[in-house]
Amino acid sequence: MDQKLILLTIAGMALVTYLPRMLPALALSSRRLNPWLERWLSHVPAAVLSALLIPSLLAPEGRIQASWDNLFLWAALPCFLLALKTRSFFGVVALGLGLVAGVRFLS
Amino acid sequence: MESVQTLPPASAERPWPEILSGMRQALPIVLGFVPVGFAYGVLALKAGLPALPAALMSVFVFAGSAQFIAVGLLAAGAPAVTVIVTTFVVNLRHLLMSAALAPHLRQWSRPGVAWLCFQLTDETFALHATRFARGETSKAETLAVNATAQAAWVAGSVLGILCGELIGDVKPLGLDFALPAMFLALLAGQVGSRPRVATALASAAFSLLFLALGFGQWGVIAACVLGATFGTGVESWTRN
Repeated sequence: MDQKLILLTIAGMALVTYLPRMLPALALSSRRLNPWLERWLSHVPAAVLSALLIPSLLAPEGRIQASWDNLFLWAALPCFLLALKTRSFFGVVALGLGLVAGVRFLS
Repeated sequence: MESVQTLPPASAERPWPEILSGMRQALPIVLGFVPVGFAYGVLALKAGLPALPAALMSVFVFAGSAQFIAVGLLAAGAPAVTVIVTTFVVNLRHLLMSAALAPHLRQWSRPGVAWLCFQLTDETFALHATRFARGETSKAETLAVNATAQAAWVAGSVLGILCGELIGDVKPLGLDFALPAMFLALLAGQVGSRPRVATALASAAFSLLFLALGFGQWGVIAACVLGATFGTGVESWTRN
């Protein structure tokens, strides 16, 4: 692929990424929403995070690894408990990295 | 006679405390983005993408998973249209996030909203959703979170592009677990009430089902819509 086509591809990617990011906020922020819709939207963060977490833990490499030696699944348990207890992002990420790196070093 | 000077509001004149606070709040995202951006840079170079376009993608697209997929497709010789359509599908979930932030942005100017949305990612969204729910909608702080996050992403990418040859694997450092760990931390902050727990569980169950069925990115979007609807239903039902 020549450089010009690559740059055009990136420009296209930027456009199709930006429009869905921007249009709903721009269209909806200037008006009062139906209270039911507003309540539904308040559930979106929990739904998005949960929906993204499952594949990132169960299929970290793109294919499903639902076995006992899925390290991410085990590491997720103490991380989530710590997160519920402390609400410290930094602590949770540090614990996660430490656990995964440690187990990989030992195994 | 004394001349009385009226001072402008501190926030307009000196936004620095808010900017610094935003940068501080973005730290966990930085911790996740630098290594993942690094991994992207290494992969992009190995896939045969020239250094400059690889870095520009992090500046103008700024979407983790889509960038990884696009680099893979480009390496496999996929046509440009395929790469762009795939990117669109992978990033369509931001539609929901953008809509979810909208009710909190009534005081914002339209250019402000447009700028905020350029740097809307899963991670910045989750952080903003939590902050906005607490009433923290300061523009300087919010945009500082975003700028810090993207700076980390671009810096990580550039580092990966520059020294990707030296480091073959980020796995021994556990860096590939940085983003899942952050999702866990952010999710813990979102499940404070029973209906939210219902949303998270339903969304996880649907996501698992669709993953097993091989729905790919559509599965994430569908699981999110179904999970949020279920949680809203539980909320209405428990209220009455």
